[in-house]
Amino acid sequence: MTTSRQIEMTVNGRTRSMAIAAHHTLLEVLRDDLGLTGTKECCLVGECGACTVLVDEVSVDSCLVLAAEADGACVTTVEGLAVGGRLHPLQQAFLDTGAVQCGFCIPGQLIAARALLARSPHPSRAEIEEGLAGNLCRCAGYEQIIEAVLAAAALDETGDRAVADGDAHAPAMGDRASTPNADVAPQ
Amino acid sequence: MRAFAYERPTRLDDAIALLASGEAEARPLAGGTDLIIRLRDGTIRPQTVVDIKGLAELDGDIRDDGEYLRIGARTVMTDIMGDERIWHDYQALAEGAAVVGSAQIRNRATLAGNICNASPAADTAPALLVYGAVVAVAGPAGTRRIPIDDFFVSSGVTTLAAGELVTSIELPRSPIRPGAVHVRRTRRRGHDLASVTLACAVLADGTTRLSYGSLGPRPVLVVDETGVLADPAAPDGAKMRRFEELFVGASPSARSMRASPEYRLAMLQVLGIRAVSTAIARLADGKGRA
Repeated sequence: MTTSRQIEMTVNGRTRSMAIAAHHTLLEVLRDDLGLTGTKECCLVGECGACTVLVDEVSVDSCLVLAAEADGACVTTVEGLAVGGRLHPLQQAFLDTGAVQCGFCIPGQLIAARALLARSPHPSRAEIEEGLAGNLCRCAGYEQIIEAVLAAAALDETGDRAVADGDAHAPAMGDRASTPNADVAPQ
Repeated sequence: MRAFAYERPTRLDDAIALLASGEAEARPLAGGTDLIIRLRDGTIRPQTVVDIKGLAELDGDIRDDGEYLRIGARTVMTDIMGDERIWHDYQALAEGAAVVGSAQIRNRATLAGNICNASPAADTAPALLVYGAVVAVAGPAGTRRIPIDDFFVSSGVTTLAAGELVTSIELPRSPIRPGAVHVRRTRRRGHDLASVTLACAVLADGTTRLSYGSLGPRPVLVVDETGVLADPAAPDGAKMRRFEELFVGASPSARSMRASPEYRLAMLQVLGIRAVSTAIARLADGKGRA
């Protein structure tokens, strides 16, 4: 049994009307149906963050979203970050700080970082650690990745409006380090 | 992933009718952060997945009606940890929601889904137990309200009947806010499941409500009415002895990879002492501000 559904979603600013299998994830449709292979498939259980995309500006693991759920949504993948052939400030910062090693996790890191900066344009180091806690880097390049996000956040906000745009659902959340949970978590 | 049909009804009655045929036939989908994993690994094989996010009767709102703070079934963890009322009046729940998964998971995972999934390690369950939450449910036989302590049965099992859906989770409004906290132990900082997850509320009358998870088939609520735990002057040794009595039902699995039973039981005591201390301080702090 394969149940096909007609969906329409806007991917990186372009409207896509397509038939998808009901049991296919957003990740599968982005990669296999649309050929947008920047979004990576890895753990498929929501632990690694390699498949992170924005759905209506909210970061999600696309391996845990059915494509059918994205009907009517605006989806942003790593391919949508650069505009007019010019790298997004986060992308440039990742290059400048040497944050990209093997590169596999970077699309997810970039999208998660963009979601973080949208809700907190000038995050503390602890906020970055928390905001990117769902994105694993097997090269363990975490220090450079954090430096890159700090560098992008330090840019003049005129550098990129997309980064400064607020997220209406932004949580007013303190650093995890300031909550008692951090006191009992292994260091 | 094995194929299934996807339905997105807009009326609650339609969703209930689809789900009433039983779990082998249909499963509800809210945030999907547990469901889609199990659809993919084949541990569940429903014919139909019923997306409940289109239901007019279910919302993601958090409303205060004076008697309860009602958290709609579609409310995600990010919204709970972003709600000032929850931080102020139900801080242990805000803290529990804030450590679920990662930002990506919290943007999708709902509070209702967290309790329906009924993981013994669910980080929001201990807080809901200490606050005495009520689960509002709709099903083929109508609506009913289930005290949260009567909701959990065992890992993955709740007292929901076939076709029943959680419509909201309700937190009693209390005239006096307890001092409360959520703490947990994980293997690593960031994104991990809890080896021990615990919430504690110290009430002004000297009662202490403690709930722990990841130490048995379901999260457990215990209540200390002796006043020993809530007493700021009582020595840790006395509180530890009280814990020995209260935590007698803790039965951590020996099969879990995350931590040994001995370690979990030891950490339960350590977290208990820390949580009680923080809750006492918060109760005193809250009184000072009132």
